[in-house]
Amino acid sequence: MVDAIKNFVNALSNPTVYFFLTIVGLWAYLQFRKQLTHPISAWLFLLGSVAFFIFSMFDPTFRSVVTKPDNVPIVIMLGLVLYLTWLGLRRAVLNDELMKRGEANLEAKESKDRVFTWPDLVYTELICMVLCTAALVVWSIVLRAPLEEPAAPARTPNPSKAPWYFLGLQEMLVYYDPWIAGVVLPSLIIVGLMAIPYLDRNPKGNGYYTFEERPFAIAFFMFGFLILWVSLVVLGTFLRGPNWSFFGPFQPWDIHFLEPLVNVNLSEYFWVRGLGAPLPANAILRELPGIALIVAYFALVPPLLLSTSKLFRSYFLELGAARYATFIMLLLVEMSLPIKMVLRWTINLKYVVAFPEYFFNI
Amino acid sequence: MPDLLTSLRKTQVWKSIFRHGPPNTTRNRTLVVLTNFFLHLHPVKVRKSGIRLSYTWCMGGLTFFLFLVETITGLLLMFYYRPTAEFAFQDIMALREHVALGLMREMHRWGAHAMVITVWLHMYRVFLTGSYKPPREFNWNVGVILLVLTLLLSFTGYLLPWDQLAIWAVTVGTNMARATPFLGHEGPGAALLQLGGVNLVHAGDDVRFALLSGRFVGEATLLRFYVLHCVGFPLVAATLMAVHFWRVRKDGGISGPL
Repeated sequence: MVDAIKNFVNALSNPTVYFFLTIVGLWAYLQFRKQLTHPISAWLFLLGSVAFFIFSMFDPTFRSVVTKPDNVPIVIMLGLVLYLTWLGLRRAVLNDELMKRGEANLEAKESKDRVFTWPDLVYTELICMVLCTAALVVWSIVLRAPLEEPAAPARTPNPSKAPWYFLGLQEMLVYYDPWIAGVVLPSLIIVGLMAIPYLDRNPKGNGYYTFEERPFAIAFFMFGFLILWVSLVVLGTFLRGPNWSFFGPFQPWDIHFLEPLVNVNLSEYFWVRGLGAPLPANAILRELPGIALIVAYFALVPPLLLSTSKLFRSYFLELGAARYATFIMLLLVEMSLPIKMVLRWTINLKYVVAFPEYFFNI
Repeated sequence: MPDLLTSLRKTQVWKSIFRHGPPNTTRNRTLVVLTNFFLHLHPVKVRKSGIRLSYTWCMGGLTFFLFLVETITGLLLMFYYRPTAEFAFQDIMALREHVALGLMREMHRWGAHAMVITVWLHMYRVFLTGSYKPPREFNWNVGVILLVLTLLLSFTGYLLPWDQLAIWAVTVGTNMARATPFLGHEGPGAALLQLGGVNLVHAGDDVRFALLSGRFVGEATLLRFYVLHCVGFPLVAATLMAVHFWRVRKDGGISGPL
């Protein structure tokens, strides 16, 4: 029975299923937010997670990964992220109901009231500081900071992992070459974050929790933060073992386990498997199908979205051409990550465009 | 006890420091904030909705508090730590083994992890409440830079214990730099930058070399990261935090419905 549950969970946390489940989970949470943010659902979810956590802690593999000192913060983060996502969405649901009835939302009810900084704010801050300090001291007493063997540049540990907060980026390295996963995408994340206030022209939802007044903005940010960042950090930390192979939460990390690499370039698919011809000697000709695909992705999808989607048409009218172009380019780059992931899992696609001699692989 | 405090308030020393009576009247509660250098970061009065924990999650405040914790614990650690390949690991080992009840390294490390988490969650809250919308667009940008600085501070600190965990995490993290387009020797376009058949960008002068001060993570990297960690990044972060807090005030205080 126990083994059956563990095997089932191992199977569920295979990257393909894991990624798919997190997306479905987020979609369901937003779609059925009224029912799912109800305190009863939240308590049931909390009980379920705690029960699963206790059950899992009896498993030696799970315990050794989760209690590794530098992994403990991720467990804390995961708990906080889930709790605060619930809290934020719960208040959004309550506010949306209030506003639908024409009443002031929870924040608006109190925003006209001014209270004195001393004592109301200063004491809140003091209590937060004391609690934070207490938590930090207890954490420091219970758990020693990790210290491994002295640095030995000749001995590479397996797996070699970046600090945990960069593991989402390291996970991207599976799907993209370092110049995209390690340089272009992180830069675009920063640029994209900074562009948010200039691309979101919706004046509503400023200073209070709401979902219905800005559904796309909230859903899109949650997709980026919860799925493409937090859940990839969790995946990279807990589910990636030696050789960056994938291991289920209850599957022992076997150092000799190596997944065979059978990834195929698009050029191979097009010329060899599709046309039954040998790969052209000319590199440009060889990669032409991939280049055409990428150009089409960036050139054809925006007008296609404009002509088919009412939502995007309203964005275009609201933002104007320049802002809309920036928005859609950032959106397409971001969505290229899940697209590449799915292509890797379904048809083992390695590179869409590959010029290995110039380190230019996409 | 209350008598003692009352008579203490009448002394010249007390009056020279606090120029107002006990904060139980409107006038004195105003003066507490106005006449105190540290408290005048705050306005005298704040929106009731804006200081609820269910609204702010207190994540921005905790991030700043953790920055202070990191500064104090880090300063104490600097007394005992030498950033050289010979001593770095030994000094950390000594802190661990020879200091009875020593908690400073633990607090510094867990505080750093906690700060990364709180800064992410602060950004999450600011997004969910739409607090980046006008007039706060610029302050959101300052916040994004502070977020990046927090990660850089944590990353440079990760190398300092000079153990296997440290150098390999930093090696993995900085390996990306060699793939920077045009600036890294394994980046796309770098091979095109040639002069008379000689590559201009190679492992000995690319952006990764500048980052590590060498071709791999070595003693020069340790010193470089140490200086950035203890002086460079904290100075920039402190300056930007001042801007961040000042702009919170100038842009209308903690956000709330208009």
